[in-house]
Amino acid sequence: MNDTTQRYAPGEHPDMAPPATAVGAIGWMRQNLFSSPLNVALTLIGLYLLWLTVPPVVDWVFLNADWVGTDRETCTSGGACWVFINMRLDQFMYGFYPSEQRWRVDIAFVIFASCIVWLLIPRLPAKNKVGIFALFIYPIIAFFLLSGGSFGLEHVETPKWGGLMLTLVIAVVGIVASLPIGVVLALGRRSNMPIVRSICVTFIEFWRGVPLITVLFMASVMFPLFMPEGVNFDKLLRALIGVMLFSSAYMAEVIRGGLQAIPKGQYEAAEALGLGYWKMMYLIILPQALKLVIPGIVNTFIGLFKDTTLVLIIGLFDFLGIVQAAATDPKWLGYSVEGYVFCAFVYWCFCFSMSRYSIHLENKLHTGHKR
Amino acid sequence: MQTDPSKMTAPAKPPIWNDPVYRGIFFQVLVLGAVVLFGLSIFDNTTANLERQGIASGFGFMESTAGFGIITHLVEYSEESSYGRAFLVGLFNTLLVSLIGIVLATVLGLLVGVARLSKNWLISKMATIYIEVIRNIPLLLQIFFWYFAVLRSVPAPRDSVVLADAFFLNNRGLYSPAPIFESGFSAILIALLVGIVTVFFLSRWARRRQEATGQPFHTVYVSLAILIGLPLLAALGTGMPLSWEYPELKGFNFVGGLVMIPEFVALLLALSIYTAAFIAEIVRAGIQAVNHGQTEAAYSLGIRPGVTLRLVILPQALRVIIPPLTSQYLNLAKNSSLAAAIAYPDLVSVFAGTVLNQTGQAVEVIAITMAVYLTLSLTISLFMNWYNDKMALVER
Repeated sequence: MNDTTQRYAPGEHPDMAPPATAVGAIGWMRQNLFSSPLNVALTLIGLYLLWLTVPPVVDWVFLNADWVGTDRETCTSGGACWVFINMRLDQFMYGFYPSEQRWRVDIAFVIFASCIVWLLIPRLPAKNKVGIFALFIYPIIAFFLLSGGSFGLEHVETPKWGGLMLTLVIAVVGIVASLPIGVVLALGRRSNMPIVRSICVTFIEFWRGVPLITVLFMASVMFPLFMPEGVNFDKLLRALIGVMLFSSAYMAEVIRGGLQAIPKGQYEAAEALGLGYWKMMYLIILPQALKLVIPGIVNTFIGLFKDTTLVLIIGLFDFLGIVQAAATDPKWLGYSVEGYVFCAFVYWCFCFSMSRYSIHLENKLHTGHKR
Repeated sequence: MQTDPSKMTAPAKPPIWNDPVYRGIFFQVLVLGAVVLFGLSIFDNTTANLERQGIASGFGFMESTAGFGIITHLVEYSEESSYGRAFLVGLFNTLLVSLIGIVLATVLGLLVGVARLSKNWLISKMATIYIEVIRNIPLLLQIFFWYFAVLRSVPAPRDSVVLADAFFLNNRGLYSPAPIFESGFSAILIALLVGIVTVFFLSRWARRRQEATGQPFHTVYVSLAILIGLPLLAALGTGMPLSWEYPELKGFNFVGGLVMIPEFVALLLALSIYTAAFIAEIVRAGIQAVNHGQTEAAYSLGIRPGVTLRLVILPQALRVIIPPLTSQYLNLAKNSSLAAAIAYPDLVSVFAGTVLNQTGQAVEVIAITMAVYLTLSLTISLFMNWYNDKMALVER
């Protein structure tokens, strides 16, 4: 009762604490989970769905799973049998690559990974040199390392390549080869020479209009017919050419987007300086355009990385192919779910981190031009 | 220093190899020559190779007997049918799975996209997780998962999962009742047709009246009433000329009814769940692309939330949504070719797989297959361009 009679000087009245239902955990829940009858119902449905899915999955993956052992006899708990993955991990990574030669794959991968890490960390110097090394010199080194046949390295035929290694080889070759082809096609599509333009448009629209799987079928059954008699090249190379043609068409469209985003003034300024076409492109337009489309290139790469799984249809054992083959092995019959889950997890890690990186780049590269 | 203008000569013409016009022509001729030469050498090699292998080229093989069975076909087909018929079966199966997939993916994608924008934290997080998980796992892996892991573990026909005594799920497929159209069913179809035409003219009349007088008309409710009511009346009038044939367990398998084979179910599930994740992102981006000021302006004019969404937000969001949505539909149709991996008899699996292996006509078969997909893509992108032009913002 005293409170009501107490007087404050103007401006000295103490602030009242906010009601307990408007702040803290309760306030947050009221605002984000239970703000209206509809939201209450939705929250309850959501919780029910989580209750239905999460506990059994956690149980299966972690709590009830078998982790150690050497054969299927050890998988008795009824949960996931990770022993299967454990025993087959080497094969999943390297395919049928001879085990005493696998250090070569490791070295190739380590060089590749360190190049990528070097390029991704902004503080490290000499990005251009590392980039040129990764784009032009590394593929040659990797080829000699993986294929062998010279420098005293034993030759390993491509049918023995497989697993994650093959997936990475196809994806990286596809993207590295499709970049220059894509640039040329994109420039051709924006050229004002009608014949060059129509050839590029036809090429791009053709490959973009057909599914990758028909391209791979074509690569595996038609390419041998295209070659002169006696010339034959192996299945992996044919698949690589198919993937390359396919992804360069998509790459061309991504790069064309970048070229279109460069204001006309840049072209005019370059011409006013007296630069010829190639100098204008090389010095002024392409550096800006390519910078703009790096996120798009990363997205194309993600798509390509997922699409490499299709090569299993023409009989190459990529990562998914080898997991699929292992799941039909009579010794481990019935553990296909473990195989798929592991496979999905690996693909997800690759693709998710790349898509995060692409979003990060998109935010970082917003330095103008945005209209 | 002054020069007499009359003595000025035109600047010296550049030598012909520096003239852009001639250079352009020269380069184009060069490129064209290279392409033609490349094409010719491929053509030469191919004909030589085919001759050596004793394969007759041409499309004559389409007439000969296929001699293999196809488990599911929408058009009449038997082992005595021709390869051309097999092609049709494959094409229709591709179209079937694509069309149903597009419908399912759109519905699911729309739901998830709206859920992702929901103010409800739990719902929006669940939608985000769905999108991020599904988008980043290869489609082929998802097809394998549904086919080999999920659908292989459903019970045998004897212990089917039963839903409402009409739907049976077992390892032979999903069985559902089949409609049987009796005589007089055409009356219902005619009624439906009349309803559609009426609704078309009604909505035109209502729009004109609203533009002229400002009086709104409950077009949606009236149209719904007409569309449902007229066929219903016809059905009652003709004494319900539609009955259902229920699947029955006879021996080891079900007989009668409609059956969806497991390959179809797996492919459909994987395709629609995968594409829905992309559609959800497109829907979200489209709705977010509409300036928030539009919503506020509509509210300040006293327009209610539902009407705002329908008349203000969605028309503007659709302009952003439709182009990428069409390309997702196209992707779904192209991705349906992954059916070859689980032997669902689609175009690629039947035609570029079995027919190619049997006839060895690689060039013709692959060319036809690619031509089908190419026609599909070009048709859809032509339609998309037309739609874009129609919907493009007309600036005053």
